[in-house]
Amino acid sequence: MEVLALYNYWVVIFLMMTGFYVVIASGNLVKKIIGINLFQASVFILYISMGKVSGGAAPILRETIQTYSNPLPHVLILTAIVVGVATTALGLALVVRIKEAYGTAEEDDIHRQDESL
Amino acid sequence: MKDIPVLRVVTKITIPIILLFAMYVQFHGDYGPGGGFQAGVIFAAAFILYGLVFGTSAVRQVVSPGILRLLTALGLLLFAGVGILTMLLGGDYLDYNTLGQDPLHGQHLGIFLVELGVGITVAAVMIIFFLAFAGRRD
Amino acid sequence: MIELINIVLLGLLVITALAAIRLHDLFAVTIMFGIYSLLAAAVFVVLDAVDVAFTEAAVGVGISTILMLATIGLVGRQEKPPSHRPLLPLVVVIVTGAALVYGTFDMPPFAAPDAPVQQHVAPRYLEQSPHEIGIPNVVTAVLASYRGYDTLGELTVIFTAGVGVLVLLGFRRRRSHMADSPEEES
Repeated sequence: MEVLALYNYWVVIFLMMTGFYVVIASGNLVKKIIGINLFQASVFILYISMGKVSGGAAPILRETIQTYSNPLPHVLILTAIVVGVATTALGLALVVRIKEAYGTAEEDDIHRQDESL
Repeated sequence: MKDIPVLRVVTKITIPIILLFAMYVQFHGDYGPGGGFQAGVIFAAAFILYGLVFGTSAVRQVVSPGILRLLTALGLLLFAGVGILTMLLGGDYLDYNTLGQDPLHGQHLGIFLVELGVGITVAAVMIIFFLAFAGRRD
Repeated sequence: MIELINIVLLGLLVITALAAIRLHDLFAVTIMFGIYSLLAAAVFVVLDAVDVAFTEAAVGVGISTILMLATIGLVGRQEKPPSHRPLLPLVVVIVTGAALVYGTFDMPPFAAPDAPVQQHVAPRYLEQSPHEIGIPNVVTAVLASYRGYDTLGELTVIFTAGVGVLVLLGFRRRRSHMADSPEEES
C-alpha cells in the first residue's frame, strides 16, 4: 500500500509538469495560458488531496456523521478557482491585444518583430 | 445560431431554470453545497447561453454595460460595507455577531449579505468577460 | 472502492493532459482542457470537496472554456509547429518533477487522519462552528465568517481583473478583420 499512499501526489506532480512543459515548450500564447490552467488545476487537486480524511464525509454537518474531511483547503481552493478564471481572462485579453498589435500570437514571430525594429 | 428553432426554444426554456437554480445555490449555500461564488458563475452562465444563441447585442439589451459596471462595484461595496457596519455597531471589521439581537442571528445575516455581495460581483464580472471577448468579434 | 475511482479518474486526467500536449489544433486543446476540468471536478467529489467540485464544474468547464474559445476565435486556431527541438524543456520538466517527487517521500500518506494538516485549525472549525456560526455547511462558515477578510481580498482580485479586462478590451464594438477561423461565435 506504500505506492498507493503517495499516488495522488505523484499524479499531481505529473500533471503539474505537463502544464509546465506546455508553458515553456509551446510558442503559442493561447496554448501557454492553457498550460498555466492545467498547472493550476493540478495544484487544486494537490490541496484537496491533502484535505481528505479516510472515512470522512463532506464538511456539511449532520447529526449522524462523526468524521469530516478538512474544510480549510476547500475554502482556499473554492476562491482560488474563481480568482483563477479571472486572471485567465485577463491573460487572454492581453493575448487578444497582442494579436491585434503584432498580427500574431506566436512568441517567435513577436520576438522577431521586436528585434527588427 | 438564431436560425435553429430547436436551439432557440430549448434556450428559452432552460434560461429561467438556470436562473432559478442560481438563486437556489445562492440562498441555500448555508445548508448545502453552494454559495456566492458558484451562484454568481451559474447566473452568468444563463446570460452567456443567451449571448451564444442570440448574439451579444441581445445580452446588451437585457443588461446594459453601464449597469454591469455598477453591479461589479456594488457587490464589492456591499461586502466591505457589511464590515464597516459591524464596526459602527461596536464590533470588529467583519465580525457579524453585532448585526443581530444574538450572535448566531447576526452571523446568519452577515453571511447572507456577504455571500450576496460575492454573488453580484462574480456574476457581473463573468458577464463582462463574456461580452468583452465575444463582443470584440461581431 | 473510493480509492479505485480515485485512481481511475487521476489516470484519465493524465491521459487528457498528455493529449493536450500532443495536439496542435487549439480548438482541440481547449476541449481537452474542458474535459480535464470536468474530470478534476469528479475527483473533487470523490475527495469530499463538494463545494469545490461545484465551482470547478461551473467555472473550469463553463466559463474558462468559453473564454478560451472566444479568444481562439479572435487569434486563430492553428498553433505553429515548434521551430526548435523540445529537448531542453523536457529535461527541465523531468528534473523539476523528480525533485518534487523526492519531496513527497516526507509527506504523510494520503488521507491519513493524523497528518499535521488535519491537526491545526480544522478541528476547531468543525467543533466550534455549530455554536459560533450555526450553519451546517462549514465551508460557507469558514469562507464568509472566519476567513471573511480573506474572501474580501479574493473578491477584490476578481473586481480588479474585471476592470483590467474592460480596460484592455472594452465594450465597444469593432469589426475585427484579423480573425479568420472557420467556426462562428454567435
